[in-house]
Amino acid sequence: MTEEKKDFFVSDISLSYQYTAGNATTRFLNKVAEGKLVAQKCPKCSAVYVPPRGSCPRCGIATEEELELPDTGAVESFTIVHIPIPGNPIVPPYVSAMIRLDGADISFLHLIQEIDLAEIRIGMRVQAVWKDKSEWGTTLENIKWFKPTGEDDVDPLVFKFKE
Amino acid sequence: MIEAAVIGVGQTKYEAKRRDVSMGGLVRKAIDKAMLAAEVDWDAIDAVILGKAPDMFEGVMMPELSLVDAIGANGKPLLRVHTAGSVGGSTAVIAASHVCSGNFDTVLTVTYEKQSESNATWALSPKYPYSPHINAGAGGYFAPYMREYIRRYDAPENIGWKVAVKDRLNALKNPLAHLQIPGIDENMVAETPMLWEPLRYLESCPSSDGACAMVISNKKLAESRNAAWIKGMAVRSEGTLSAGRDEVNPQGGQDCAKDIYDQAGITNPFKEIDCAEIYVPFSWYEPMWLENLHFCDLGEGWKLTEKGATEIEGDIPFNMSGGVLSSNPIGASGMIRFGEACLQVTNQAGDHQVDGANVAMGHAYGGAAQFFAMWIVSNKK
Ligand SMILES: [Zn+2]
Repeated sequence: MTEEKKDFFVSDISLSYQYTAGNATTRFLNKVAEGKLVAQKCPKCSAVYVPPRGSCPRCGIATEEELELPDTGAVESFTIVHIPIPGNPIVPPYVSAMIRLDGADISFLHLIQEIDLAEIRIGMRVQAVWKDKSEWGTTLENIKWFKPTGEDDVDPLVFKFKE
Repeated sequence: MIEAAVIGVGQTKYEAKRRDVSMGGLVRKAIDKAMLAAEVDWDAIDAVILGKAPDMFEGVMMPELSLVDAIGANGKPLLRVHTAGSVGGSTAVIAASHVCSGNFDTVLTVTYEKQSESNATWALSPKYPYSPHINAGAGGYFAPYMREYIRRYDAPENIGWKVAVKDRLNALKNPLAHLQIPGIDENMVAETPMLWEPLRYLESCPSSDGACAMVISNKKLAESRNAAWIKGMAVRSEGTLSAGRDEVNPQGGQDCAKDIYDQAGITNPFKEIDCAEIYVPFSWYEPMWLENLHFCDLGEGWKLTEKGATEIEGDIPFNMSGGVLSSNPIGASGMIRFGEACLQVTNQAGDHQVDGANVAMGHAYGGAAQFFAMWIVSNKK
């Protein structure tokens, strides 16, 4: 009989915490719960932020003015992920994309589905696919994913910020 | 003018699992080597500056406190630095700043990560409240930036493979490097599994345990030693979610590089810098940083890589030690770049020494490619 000597063992730990969304994000998420994507605009350089964080990092000032954006946009860039995320039901390969909503000056990460993976490209036009209204909450998960609209691609130059 | 020099660099062997040492033992191994190289005793150390990446990587909060004896900081001023993946670089800059302040003759600085005691890839990609859980590790986060670089400049796919091979061939000349892959070639890289398109397995950095330490001093000690004099140093950061940010060629990186070149009197980095240790955790960051750091014009970076300019014998050798692609104890990875630059200009780099290196650059970046730290060192005061 052999005895196995163990110097190390794996022990999972958990951490519970309270997350406070903050003023700007709370305003944004309350609108998302109604199916609206409401951006905030910088009073100085006019940059439009979605999701908004309440200030413009370029100018260092608060963004008070709100404007609703459509749920359409374009792919600023993307990757096709081939490894699973532990504890996440998304099955690889899947597309993680930087989505630039029409009228926005920053992008956010979301999924693209209902597409042949070989077709995905920078500049492709996409539109949000929402969950059933009964499932909506204060989360961007209300959008299941984005799907191609079939419109002509945009020139990636449109992603360049113009003051 | 900066009145500070690195008089000793110490590194551990980098491995996937350093089970022979605790975190305290790991940092102490690097410190002992740095102090031996610097020919200093504990009496000479006036302050200790420790850096590492997020505490949640190992689940040990504020480790500088529990490590206080291991790092010799008991009864001495102690500072902890944290700037994500760039932390090894910014820790070096902050340690040197303390010497420059005139309040400390000699400062010990150490950085480390013991990745085997947790799982950094997934610690970096938790499910954030109120948003979909999509991001799969740092590679998944940076891959879209690399994709945009490739599109913008029409770069061929094998450039990434070339960087992956070059850095691992260099690692074979560095006994401390984690990955040792004899016979690696572009085919081997191209046949490894795709992780985050366009990145394949061997185009990504490993997960390592290790520590790097340096002793930084003013001229009182440095003038009698084989010292690497700091000619320029700077840190910069930029807002992740800022309109107009160019993730492919961040302004923070451009400005930081310009600052250290100005301090060092460098007008043509490609010609005047003999070699550089640049933070390249994923293959495509080599051509991207060649451009961002003004070694060439935009769109020319991949062409320099393609023609071998960044090889040890090339015009501007990058990552002679094997780089982050060969060893990645995250918190230490930046300081390894800064320390390796010092080893080059003091002719102590062993088999990966660049002949006649007088001026070298160390570089680190972190976060969402928004934190930058850099320095230029020279063997001339
Ligand atoms: Zn603004």
